[in-house]
Amino acid sequence: MGAFDINIRSFGEQAIIISWPDRVEEAILDDIIAFKTYLQETSFSAKEWELVAAYNSLTLINNQHLIDLAQYEESLSKAYKTISNSKSATRWLWKLPVCYDSSFGIDLEEVSETLEMPIEEIVRMHTRQPYLVYGIGFLPGFMYLGGLPKTLETPRKAIPRLDVHKGSVGLAGKQTGIYPQESPGGWNIIGNCPIPIFNVSKDPPCFISVGDRVQFYEISKAEFELHQIEAEVGIYNIEKQEWNG
Amino acid sequence: MVSVKKRGFFTTIQDTGRLGFRHLGVPVSGVMDRYAARLANSLLENQASDALLEITMTGPELLFHEPTYIALTGADMSAKINNEPIELNEVHQIAPEDIVSFGKLKKGLRTYMAIKGGFQIEQILNSRSFYQPITKLDRIKDNMELDYTPCEAYSPRIIQIKPDTFWKRNKIHVYPGPEFALLDDKQLEGLFANTFTVAKENNRMAYQLEEHLSPNTYTMLTSATLPGTVQLTPAGKLIILMVDGQTTGGYPRILQLSERSINLLAQKKYGDKIEFVLH
Repeated sequence: MGAFDINIRSFGEQAIIISWPDRVEEAILDDIIAFKTYLQETSFSAKEWELVAAYNSLTLINNQHLIDLAQYEESLSKAYKTISNSKSATRWLWKLPVCYDSSFGIDLEEVSETLEMPIEEIVRMHTRQPYLVYGIGFLPGFMYLGGLPKTLETPRKAIPRLDVHKGSVGLAGKQTGIYPQESPGGWNIIGNCPIPIFNVSKDPPCFISVGDRVQFYEISKAEFELHQIEAEVGIYNIEKQEWNG
Repeated sequence: MVSVKKRGFFTTIQDTGRLGFRHLGVPVSGVMDRYAARLANSLLENQASDALLEITMTGPELLFHEPTYIALTGADMSAKINNEPIELNEVHQIAPEDIVSFGKLKKGLRTYMAIKGGFQIEQILNSRSFYQPITKLDRIKDNMELDYTPCEAYSPRIIQIKPDTFWKRNKIHVYPGPEFALLDDKQLEGLFANTFTVAKENNRMAYQLEEHLSPNTYTMLTSATLPGTVQLTPAGKLIILMVDGQTTGGYPRILQLSERSINLLAQKKYGDKIEFVLH
């Protein structure tokens, strides 16, 4: 920590926002996660505070009372500069199965035409690398993933769909991701992930955290159906590895 | 229990919200007008976190099966018990087979109906607040039943409260938002010298305003948003996020409402006028 110029300011009556340089960069997110972990373990406990990290910012929200920035500004700034590399929380690489069958990947053919790339190549490019989770928001469990190969960048659909199915895997601009629930959406749908990303009966309800990595792997329709049943009865084991960069 | 004879326009169960899950994209939800809700629970000497009904625009018809006490606060919807008009901000005793119903909306938009001990529905992620898909329902349905613990006798220490009438006002107090500095002089003048009108698109997720600022080309990386965050879209549209609003967003957050002003805005409806006042 302490490697970047950070900016600390108040965000209304009950929150503080800390901003890092305005760019999408792994080192910035790593720094934010390390600082977040340090704060959670010291004076910003979960009883009183919610900490939301995304891309280049960390927002500290007090759930109990109004706060005065002056009380925190100096200590936050000092902690950031002086605390040497605190141990960060364990980061995981999650391997998520995706079925790219045309019955799920309803826009695959269109994407294939737009990108002038065969479907098999799209799947190969999409599953080749891990993606970094830069944020979770928009919907419960919706991940903002970074690291999409340039060759897979596709414009959003001109007319958004009213109901994109739960689990749909999409492409839009520089982004790829999974719809954790049925929702309207303008992304190009290329497949479906049978594993629920958000489940209210689980603690925590979402197994993925900001700063984790996600890599997709291709499965057949039969495997999709099997995993879906396994997930429903709660016996599906999500494949994960510790990530040490 | 209470039987819902008619559900009304949009009635939900809410409490003080679903805290602790924003980092996973879960909105806080809870009551829109915290002042009114707190008042209703206080009259019954309930916990501040006890679940109550948030009734929007047109009220339901409710049949009570056991004795209890209720208190109504917030918007005036011509509430009645067994067809007799009742006062807001007062404790009312309920006997078995009593029917609570509502009539014309006279002022405000949201009425809160607290019940002695709170509504006893299942908690999901530490809250009883309705929010789909975290909860199965997004609002109460006809013929559904809502549980509460009966209360035969209770002597309220306060029978009636004269509420703060701040919600009749139209000044919305705001703080500069994280991207406030992006605004140019013309946009600042547009924001603070004009009156804005609540658009038809107003609900628990967000309030939109009819008047726009000039279009802009500001960009930012997605970051956290809060209830009361005012976002400015590239087309110049102003969106005020409310309690069911998304937890992150990519539009510049130009202003942030005070909690009092969120309560005030929660009582504004389509066509109502507001003005922003900078703290």
